[in-house]
Amino acid sequence: MAYSEKVIGHYQNPKNVGTLDKSKSNVGTGLVGAPECGDVMRLQIEVDETTGMIKDAKFKTFGCGSAIASSSLATEWLKGKSIDEAAKIDNMEIVEELHLPPVKIHCSVLAEDAIKAAINDYRKKNGMPELKFEESVVH
Amino acid sequence: MLKLPIYLDHNATTPCDPRVVETMIPYFTNNFGNAASRNHPFGWQAEEAVDNARVQVAKLIGADPKEIIFTSGATEADNLAIKGVYEMYASKGNHIITCNIEHKAVLDTCKHIEKEGGEVTYLKVNPDGLIDLKELEAAIKPTTILIAIMYANNEVGTVMPMKEISALAKKNGILVFSDATQAVGKIPVDVNKDGIDLLAMTAHKMYGPKGIGALYVRRKNPRVKVTAQMDGGGHERGMRSGTLNVPGIVGFGKACELAMLEMDTDAKRLSALRDKLENALINIEEAYVNGSRRYRLPHVTNISFKHVEGEGLLMGFNKDIALSSGSACTSASLEPSYVLKALGLGDDLAHSSLRFGLGRFTTEEQIDYTIEAVTKTVNKLREMSPLWEMYKEGIDLSTIEWAHH
Ligand SMILES: Cc1ncc(COP(=O)(O)O)c(C=O)c1O
Ligand code: FES
Repeated sequence: MAYSEKVIGHYQNPKNVGTLDKSKSNVGTGLVGAPECGDVMRLQIEVDETTGMIKDAKFKTFGCGSAIASSSLATEWLKGKSIDEAAKIDNMEIVEELHLPPVKIHCSVLAEDAIKAAINDYRKKNGMPELKFEESVVH
Repeated sequence: MLKLPIYLDHNATTPCDPRVVETMIPYFTNNFGNAASRNHPFGWQAEEAVDNARVQVAKLIGADPKEIIFTSGATEADNLAIKGVYEMYASKGNHIITCNIEHKAVLDTCKHIEKEGGEVTYLKVNPDGLIDLKELEAAIKPTTILIAIMYANNEVGTVMPMKEISALAKKNGILVFSDATQAVGKIPVDVNKDGIDLLAMTAHKMYGPKGIGALYVRRKNPRVKVTAQMDGGGHERGMRSGTLNVPGIVGFGKACELAMLEMDTDAKRLSALRDKLENALINIEEAYVNGSRRYRLPHVTNISFKHVEGEGLLMGFNKDIALSSGSACTSASLEPSYVLKALGLGDDLAHSSLRFGLGRFTTEEQIDYTIEAVTKTVNKLREMSPLWEMYKEGIDLSTIEWAHH
């Protein structure tokens, strides 16, 4: 299967690879997937506590090129968004942007799950109730 | 000069040797006859070409030409051998012994037999990818009619102890079938020395054309018969009807002749290159060879690079290097390789594997390029891998509660 230009671009020059200090209260970490499934994604957000905006986002991903591209794209989209806006990112937007074929939809689902997990980790740390998300159906 | 892209997927298929193509061409045009046309020179010519190829194929495996049944490839030969024996020997029993790293063409045929009411034992393999002869012996029953064990495995390249397997079978009066698709033309295979009664092979894994293969069926000691799976004009001694693929057969024959002449030199050269590649790659931290390094085809190595995912890895160089991976992400089913899992690899290591299959036209320059590209990409992806980071921090990954899908 051929990859789209955009997937290749993110794969070759991934944006925001790295690690934020997860002990900080304004950092939320989402770790999703499992090594046995062939994909693990860790996505982190750093929130500006005065404005409530995401000021930094980082990822590390074990997975296929589409998973790497999905998480790279997600970190780009997260920066500058409020937590509430970030929670609305839908995996299908990632699919469209990266032109992912049907067999790679689950890689984008993983990115959406990672965003939500990072947000909830941040909320939990800061005494806010965790958001309830619908179970993603496509795996 | 380095020629790109580099093809290192010779277990999937091989290019046709130009010398093979050359011998085939006249049989598409001038000598297009039907080998079954008995009444004119077109037919005679075709028949003669087929007879000649039959000798070339038979010679390569130490068989008699009459024992070669041409088929469309190894999948068909596997089906014909297993279903054909099951039906032909129904009065003797209904039990077949095979192993769990066979090709799907064997495994799914066995599943089919089970649906028909047959009984199949799937032997496990050890981490080397080899069956245990004691387990084989223990699995034999009075109703066992066939032992079906592959000569060499297509994913890890390990070679089974065929002589020992057939000795056990002989002792118990059981037929031996071997899917030798990956072995024939690469290492010496001799149906008599190896004690094999039925053997499947295909041309496209040995520099011949696609769509042609053969089933060897022993005619003496014992005389073996299989029930035809294709009804029709009664070609191939009634075991496989259908107009013979004359150009394909001629090409297959030539490929066998070349293999006979060049197998030893190819094997020596390729095992040296393979070893160079393998030794360089396992120098990378946390890289492991899968399957036996001792009982193995000379041109294959399968390596897992821990904490990086196979498809992601391939993407780093698949414009330039053609390889395959046991990763689920490369398969439609999203399941990692059942062969690697059968060898006892965890799913994570199976996802992290690459199979390197060298071939007749592989050069040392290509191997040097591959070493560099793979090493670079593994390092790059590990920088991006959360698992690698955790491993480096000394976190035991098995203690983490993963969100399983
Ligand atoms: C061990 C083994 N058996 C059978 C086959 C199927 O061969 P063919 O493509 O000729 O049907 C293959 C090739 O994929 C193989 O590696
Ligand atoms: S992570 Fe497996 S297909 Fe993308």
